[in-house]
Amino acid sequence: MRRVYLDHAATTPVHPEVLEEMLPYLKEEFGNPSSIYSWGREAKAAVEKARTRLANLLGADPAEIVFTSGGTEADNFALRGVAAANRQRGNHIITTKIEHHAILHTAEQLEKEGFRVTYLPVDKYGLVRPEDLEEALTPDTILVSIMFANNEIGTIEPIAELARIAKSKGVIFHTDAVQAVGNVPINVKELGVDLLSLSGHKIYGPKGVGALYIRRGTRIEPLLLGGAQERKWRAGTENVPGIVGLGKAAELAARELPQRIKHLTELRDLLIEGILEKIDYVRLNGHRTQRLPGNANFCFEFVEGESLLLNLDLAGIAASSGSACTSGSLEPSHVLTALGIPPEIAHGSLRLTLGRNNTREDVEYVLSVLPDIVAKLRAMSPLTPGGGKENV
Amino acid sequence: MYNEKVMDHFLHPRNVGEIENPDGVGQVGNPVCGDIMKIFLRIKDGRIEDIKFKTFGCGAAIATSSMVTELVKGKSLEEAMAVSNKVVAEALGGLPPQKLHCSNLAADALHAAIEDYKKKKAN
Ligand SMILES: Cc1ncc(COP(=O)(O)O)c(C=O)c1O
Ligand code: FES
Repeated sequence: MRRVYLDHAATTPVHPEVLEEMLPYLKEEFGNPSSIYSWGREAKAAVEKARTRLANLLGADPAEIVFTSGGTEADNFALRGVAAANRQRGNHIITTKIEHHAILHTAEQLEKEGFRVTYLPVDKYGLVRPEDLEEALTPDTILVSIMFANNEIGTIEPIAELARIAKSKGVIFHTDAVQAVGNVPINVKELGVDLLSLSGHKIYGPKGVGALYIRRGTRIEPLLLGGAQERKWRAGTENVPGIVGLGKAAELAARELPQRIKHLTELRDLLIEGILEKIDYVRLNGHRTQRLPGNANFCFEFVEGESLLLNLDLAGIAASSGSACTSGSLEPSHVLTALGIPPEIAHGSLRLTLGRNNTREDVEYVLSVLPDIVAKLRAMSPLTPGGGKENV
Repeated sequence: MYNEKVMDHFLHPRNVGEIENPDGVGQVGNPVCGDIMKIFLRIKDGRIEDIKFKTFGCGAAIATSSMVTELVKGKSLEEAMAVSNKVVAEALGGLPPQKLHCSNLAADALHAAIEDYKKKKAN
């Protein structure tokens, strides 16, 4: 059976060249980068090479990159680190309603610890309104954290403008760019952000490794204490194979970015246009153009997302949904809710995220099976208009 | 995630559809996640002669709907009233813990349909 992986926002396959560069560090090059003998020095050099490659992708200085265990740790580090270092200056943090849980749950915890957090709303496309940020800033605000691109609906936020507003008030600006890195051009200097989170496994690198960009001079404290690794910004023996893999993935992303954007945008538009044309009672979530090149997200009315996913899986297609039935909490996705989508519509949500290995044939395959799956489920649904015509 | 029996009922649900001029109809919404299930009954001589369902919900919701219709078809109303969510889940060989609430939907819709029939008959 044909198998089509369309969940690249969840994770991506490790690029063969990434794996190849990692392997020696899982075998003979096993040294601890803190050791002074040759094994250690070689491991250290590999970590520094990866740091330079990642810095190049972002337009940063290598000294401004701190490796972490992934996007989640980078997000925790940014929020908790800035909160701890700026407590004397103020206790107000601004973020948005559509952040990843790595940000939202950290912000909620900071509220329990005495910080005040504003969660900015978004418009129906998922865009943060700059004037809302302007209004929310107070003399007490110490941090603004707004994601670069949303993991569910793919909407790309106007980060440069938002960062400028925060910086004009002297407020530190963080962006969770886990979904954006490797998918859109990013230059931290041009953007004017102070902190930026990223993750290896979303860019064809390994899982369990990520980084936080920290602009030189940013007031922040470390999250993890212990040894002197990462110039004391992040204690713990380095995940050398992971870091090497992330470095290679960053180098490939820098090299392939224009082709990736072109390829993914073409496939995405084919997918979106095909689905909107072939299926009734469907809406596209997110912005039509200001969205990640590989992201397509829909709500199919009268059907439920998990049922869709199970049927797609049987057809060999991997996708995801923001339906209440697919979430552990049994609540619809907070992102779809923030767009103003009613719960019963959010129920029928489906996210398809393309990657560099997908082809036009993959998209055609999805377009050939999805309409029948939706039709089959609609025939079973008590909500389908004119529903009770025939037994199936 | 789901066992083979659940997947079989999900993919090939028994008794999907509606009954025209049914003797009883029951519709319930799942307060937990917002799903909806509707059951239609044809009753003859105190027995469920025919039963159909329509469900807007997850794999477990569809499978339990299918199973409940299969369990009570041809049964007396008393026997059908005795079918609980637990009976349905067990008949399916078990459901993942976070999906147990979906089986309430099926039993509740069935019981609501029987109550509807009784009410109509009393009038
Ligand atoms: C926007 C966003 N932030 C953070 C994360 C967490 O990254 P990681 O899986 O590396 O911890 C993810 C991954 O799902 C994400 O999409
Ligand atoms: S009906 Fe929603 S989780 Fe089963």
